[in-house]
Amino acid sequence: MQATDHLIASTAPLAVAGALSLFVSLAEAAPPRPVEVAAGIFVIEGVVALASPENEGAIANSGFIVGRDAVAVIDPGGSTAEGASLVEVIRGITDLPIRYVIYTHMHPDHVLGAAPVVAASEAEVVAHAKLAHALAARAEHYVAGARDALGDEAVRELEVVLPDRAVEDTATLDLGDRLLLLRAWPTAHTDNDLTVLDARTGLLFAGDLLFLEHLPVVDGSIKGWLAIEADLTSLPAARAVPGHGPAVVDWPEGASAQFGYLAGLAESVRAQIARGAGLADAIEAVPVPAGDWALADAFHRRNVAAAFTELEWE
Amino acid sequence: MLRTAIVFAGGMLMASAGLAQEASDAWSDIVANVFDGRAMHQSEVVALETPYRAEDAATVPVTLHFAAPEGSDLRIERVTLVIDENPAPVAAVFELGADAGVTRIDTRVRVQSYTNVHVVAELSDGSLHVAERFIKASGGCSAPMGKDPEAAMANLGQMKLRQFEGVAGTHPEAQLMIRHPNNSGLQMDQLTRLHIPAHFIHSVTITQGDAPILTMEGGISLSEDPSIRFDFEPTGNPITVEAQDTEGNIFGGTWPVEVGRSGA
Repeated sequence: MQATDHLIASTAPLAVAGALSLFVSLAEAAPPRPVEVAAGIFVIEGVVALASPENEGAIANSGFIVGRDAVAVIDPGGSTAEGASLVEVIRGITDLPIRYVIYTHMHPDHVLGAAPVVAASEAEVVAHAKLAHALAARAEHYVAGARDALGDEAVRELEVVLPDRAVEDTATLDLGDRLLLLRAWPTAHTDNDLTVLDARTGLLFAGDLLFLEHLPVVDGSIKGWLAIEADLTSLPAARAVPGHGPAVVDWPEGASAQFGYLAGLAESVRAQIARGAGLADAIEAVPVPAGDWALADAFHRRNVAAAFTELEWE
Repeated sequence: MLRTAIVFAGGMLMASAGLAQEASDAWSDIVANVFDGRAMHQSEVVALETPYRAEDAATVPVTLHFAAPEGSDLRIERVTLVIDENPAPVAAVFELGADAGVTRIDTRVRVQSYTNVHVVAELSDGSLHVAERFIKASGGCSAPMGKDPEAAMANLGQMKLRQFEGVAGTHPEAQLMIRHPNNSGLQMDQLTRLHIPAHFIHSVTITQGDAPILTMEGGISLSEDPSIRFDFEPTGNPITVEAQDTEGNIFGGTWPVEVGRSGA
């Protein structure tokens, strides 16, 4: 106890300096507000939007789970700034080391914030076995995209961090009385989707296998995504954190709108293929989906093209 | 802990948008180097359909239309698709069978930067006819390989021929699809720091019995899983395809023709 007091006393000047710098950054932008979605599990909601200088690339949900001995971060966000502010948020809640950074898939809005989180306490980066090559092949492309979307300043210190540990099928991580059950999925949203289930609370981090509000994006296989619906929705979870949308939703009810869109897309595209339409015609002909999807302008036509070039092989 | 991180030095990334002025300079060079500076006629012999803005720069649909002037006994011998700003601008050269009745071809291409696209048809009198379109898309050639490279290699060379009845007296159509990553050689794997070697379909021959429908010499500008859709005058003989890639693999198939003659 005394030792702790002493430590606090001796770090007081640092704490003041930290408070000052926090004050300055408060003046620039509101700090992200974590939502405690289950005991010891926190989510920082991304905005449902395309990456821009205003949102600093914080467009996907980020989260962390606090165990007895350590912390696991799930998706450190889309920029160095987002990763750094995530560390600040975690340090406002616990001093435990960040032992793991888990990627739910290779997309830049989920992984580009890793470097400052990893640097904070030498965390091990864990991902689907196919993620390393998928991210390595896209890294240059993603950095160019971040530069276009966020500006030169945002990519100056950007590092793409590749995983240290590959999950082929399933894996269990222990944060101290807190087991995380990781599962690698066959090709669906991407070819490297991975979910994280907190055994204690039955809370599922679904990554981008679950979209709400934000139109789902097909960058893997629409057939594969529809094919895992039964396995995914029967996971023993009560609630889930989507990759995009609100911090937490009921499970599996929260997945119904997404799978409705994907099934409708597949049906409409198959109808175009059956009537002999070409790719360009199908992109024009498949209607924008019903429902309150945001970003349909940005992603629906691309989804049609992806579904068409996949389903025409049936 | 051994850590793999990729750090990018500023400025090493490619510039994307080519300006219109540069585009027309690129075209003059192409006319000089690919077409020996021969005269290009703007005429109704050829037309080109492209999206103005592409959904996916690695899979941009393009449709080439061509027809010899009505009443002439000329025919179209060769059609060349050029993507001016691409690293290898000549995307494909199609040689048309004399009696095959091909008047349109659609395919899918990669577009590396904002660019003009040209289609050039060569008539049997040697004259060249051109049409031009501008496409807004970028990064398609260096874009990463497909969504699931493992599946792509597992299915290498698989082929499908879809057939479509002609509508209102037009020729029927067929679509040849070939499973192939068509790696451009411009994609870098940052894990190995190596470029993924170019590996693509460079030649395709499509015949009906002994009669050629078309041949295609293609390059890295054709999308993954190359697709060629064309109209043709069926003779009743089966369609045979032979395709060859840059590693010497030969893929082939034969399909009975299931679509009717147009009666034209």
